[in-house]
Amino acid sequence: MKFNTKILSTDNVLLKNIGSIDPLKIDDYIAAGGYEALKKAVKMDRKEIIDVVSDSGLRGRGGANFPTGRKWLFTYNANADQKYLIINADEGEPGTIKDRILMEGDPHQIIEGMVIAAYAIGATKGFIYIRGEYSDSIKTMNAAIKQATEKGMLGKNILNSGFDFEMSVAMGGGAYVCGEETALIDSMEGKRGEPRLKPPYPPVEGLFGKPTIVNNVETIVNVPHIIAKGGEWFRSLGASCSPGTKLFMLSGDVNEPGIVETPVDLSFEEVINKFGKGVTGGKVKFAQIGGSSGNIFTPEMLKKVWTYERCCEFKVSYGTGSIFVCNEERSIVDHLLTVAEFFEHESCGKCTPCREGTHRVREIMEKFAYGEGTVSDLELLKELCHVMKRSPICGLGQACINPVLDAIEHYKNEILAN
Amino acid sequence: MSDKVKVMIDGTEVSVPADFTVLQAAQIAGIDIPTLCYHPDLRTTGNCRVCIVEIEGMPLFQPSCAFKVYSNMKVRTNTPELRKARKMIVELIVSRHNTDCLKCDSNLNCELQNLTDKMNIRDVRFEIQPDFEHPMDNSNIVQRDPSKCVNCGRCIRMCNEIQTVNALEWTGRGYHKMAMTTMEKPLAETACISCGQCINVCPVGALTERDDTEIAWSFIDDPEIHTVVQTAPAIRAGLGEACGLEQGHLSAGKMFAAIKKVGFDKAMDTDFTADLTILEEGTEFLGRVTRAVKDGATDVAFPMFTSCSPGWINFMETFYPELLPNLSTCKSPQQMFGPLAKTYYAEKAGIDPSKIRVVSMMPCTAKKLECARPEMNASGYQDVDVVLTTREFAKMIKTANIDFDKLAEIKPDDPMGISTGAADIFANTGGVMEAALRTVYELVTGDPLTLNFTPVRGLKGIKEADITIEKTAPGYEFLKGVTVKVAVASSTGLARKLLDAVKAGDKTYHFVEIMCCPGGCIGGGGQAKPTSWEIKAKRAAAIYREDESRELRKSHESPAVAQIYKEFLGKPNSHKAHELLHTHYKSKSHLAK
Repeated sequence: MKFNTKILSTDNVLLKNIGSIDPLKIDDYIAAGGYEALKKAVKMDRKEIIDVVSDSGLRGRGGANFPTGRKWLFTYNANADQKYLIINADEGEPGTIKDRILMEGDPHQIIEGMVIAAYAIGATKGFIYIRGEYSDSIKTMNAAIKQATEKGMLGKNILNSGFDFEMSVAMGGGAYVCGEETALIDSMEGKRGEPRLKPPYPPVEGLFGKPTIVNNVETIVNVPHIIAKGGEWFRSLGASCSPGTKLFMLSGDVNEPGIVETPVDLSFEEVINKFGKGVTGGKVKFAQIGGSSGNIFTPEMLKKVWTYERCCEFKVSYGTGSIFVCNEERSIVDHLLTVAEFFEHESCGKCTPCREGTHRVREIMEKFAYGEGTVSDLELLKELCHVMKRSPICGLGQACINPVLDAIEHYKNEILAN
Repeated sequence: MSDKVKVMIDGTEVSVPADFTVLQAAQIAGIDIPTLCYHPDLRTTGNCRVCIVEIEGMPLFQPSCAFKVYSNMKVRTNTPELRKARKMIVELIVSRHNTDCLKCDSNLNCELQNLTDKMNIRDVRFEIQPDFEHPMDNSNIVQRDPSKCVNCGRCIRMCNEIQTVNALEWTGRGYHKMAMTTMEKPLAETACISCGQCINVCPVGALTERDDTEIAWSFIDDPEIHTVVQTAPAIRAGLGEACGLEQGHLSAGKMFAAIKKVGFDKAMDTDFTADLTILEEGTEFLGRVTRAVKDGATDVAFPMFTSCSPGWINFMETFYPELLPNLSTCKSPQQMFGPLAKTYYAEKAGIDPSKIRVVSMMPCTAKKLECARPEMNASGYQDVDVVLTTREFAKMIKTANIDFDKLAEIKPDDPMGISTGAADIFANTGGVMEAALRTVYELVTGDPLTLNFTPVRGLKGIKEADITIEKTAPGYEFLKGVTVKVAVASSTGLARKLLDAVKAGDKTYHFVEIMCCPGGCIGGGGQAKPTSWEIKAKRAAAIYREDESRELRKSHESPAVAQIYKEFLGKPNSHKAHELLHTHYKSKSHLAK
């Protein structure tokens, strides 16, 4: 692997093979126990697979936490001549690198998960949608698809099961919004990458109007392990409401940046200290969790274990799992301006509140950054953010103001003092 | 019929069909949810977010234009959060709009003004930042002011999805996303067919037609000039509406009175040349049929397409140049009127044609382009000097301090003001076909057809009919037993579908009527705003009422038509008729690339 992201955890499940096998050799993957889950799966009843996944409690790892089994069931139940499976590898969230590591370090784990999922939902065609900047991921995935096809893991009559499934790589153009599943689908159809109105949701009406499952890379790599070891094993990892392991990525003011695989049974402070060897330059001031639209966590919040249940209770999310640490020397205003500039640039422009709102948020943050912001600017910003939280079409517009609202709540004085 | 569901909106329970949107249900409940990007004739995109509502159990606001009802749904449209959100969204839209209202064509007829009024917006808390980077595009009849665009996308949906012309598209992303001309070229260099349908759906004044009223005033004000006005069939079902009267107001008598009152010298009628078109086009069609059936010629171009609609001609020249031989060579009624006014009428009235100016009142923007075509000078002068849309004419009436409603009805002037009901129905899709059938069928069979030829009526879709000739009049025996296949379509999107089916050999027709604008001229790009299928249906009904009220309802019964052939043209398709009333076409396919 050419990237130099460190794997900071040991005793891994999803990252187990990374660095220990040659990603370009399917036999390495098979020797490590790969494709055994697929062999088991094709002998299972399709509905039974979905039941196992539902029973495991696996939730989508792209940030929305939707129960994977329930999502699959929609498409399983849909009556259509064609169904699709798409793996979302349009990893555009700053500070996030898990999909890339999984694609470039262990591509067959993804393919195995995909074939099992496709078999369960009845999809005969699949795609992995990779952001265009990930040229090495694209190369690795293409090579792995070729090998898997040659080995009979893809293509016609997979493992003599009578099941046909072919897959290919779809390339994104680098738009952040195409990580939103309906924008991703529109972009695959050759249209502008912009989110669709929902309903209808993709599991019922997706790519070219056909039932389509869009799963995150991290979600799909859990599937072979769940099939191989069962739902009960999966539930035994982590807290009861957040089973399985989660990948977290440490960056920013942290002594050892890298990727961590861990059950969600420890606090972010523990993750930072245990795996990231503490904060550089003194104490932590805040951390933004889950990417640019992620919540701003204060030092007190970082001390808690954020299970899915607690996240729901406090209406926060750890999104993709990136942990961007800022020490006490960092300015919250500068950080928010950087985030605001990012979203102004990445808004697709389809709906008014996001198209105009991201621009105005950036304008107001700029005023504060230049020391020209006033109390009424902050009031306007707050009102705008509350409108943006509930009005835009997709998650980009709805979530991009999360860090701003959090900062206004916890760091209001610092913003006004700027 | 779909099942009904009960929905509670702001405390009012209504029972509505299960496929209704929240917006439709709210209308039933007497609640007027504001909208902007929504248009009933276009695909719903839900992007402006003005029509958001709160649905019990959902943390996000939902666009009522797109969100379907479900049983026992509870909707609120008037909460503090919603009022705040809606107001801010409209403020954000206004902050990108050139609020130059006093000098705007859409002043007092603007959906954004209605919104700011409804939200009681007294202040916009963001800096006003219209798009002044892209210059005003006045390269074409349809003109575009990017600084007024509110990014609703209605024009793009109309141009691309209904008309399939693709002269407009989205450009840029995020804050820089703009509705723009294709490749940001001037409209005149795109495939734009000048149909003006984008103007009809523009909620503000970002799209307008070129304003030619000053030219018309200058003719009126010049004592040396003799002005002759012609009025298209569809104007009489749109002018009253443009002057503030009810939709579907039938305005023929007041329309002629207004022309005189505004100051024009003669109020004549394009209906006269519509009747003449039937004689010329009917004869041309029979000529083609005779060559094919009687003479056995194999090089006759079928189907023959009508040629009354200049937007349709532009479409053919741009996208289907290989089918130009199939177009009737007849000029449109407007362009038949022009040369006759400057020859026939000039001679009769003893007026120097160089002093005559022909002014057209049209429901149409493409007619402005048509009258300026270099070949349209059969009289030795530009045949039609200026074309005004229904909207422009209404503005002149306003400027001239005329209370349109109080005008006493008058009749048009002779000799080019006399017409039949067959000419009136040119305004509706299917009308030219019906008028032609009334005449040609009677000519060929010797039998008057049922007057109301309903299979070709109806505003939407492609309509087809087969007419088998059972008995024949003397001279047409060779047509006995022949089945003539006709079809009618309006909108260039449907025309494209029909043409592709013809080209693929899936469909065979002999005579096809195409109107560029959805619904025909009553839905023309120059008609009163707003426009929708519902409003168009009222205009179409008015036109059929006008036809029914006429004593004469077949073009060949028009005494004025008989007179002009006798005194001036000889007979249909004569040499003189060809010189004055027929034309040719040329490919503009480079614009489609």
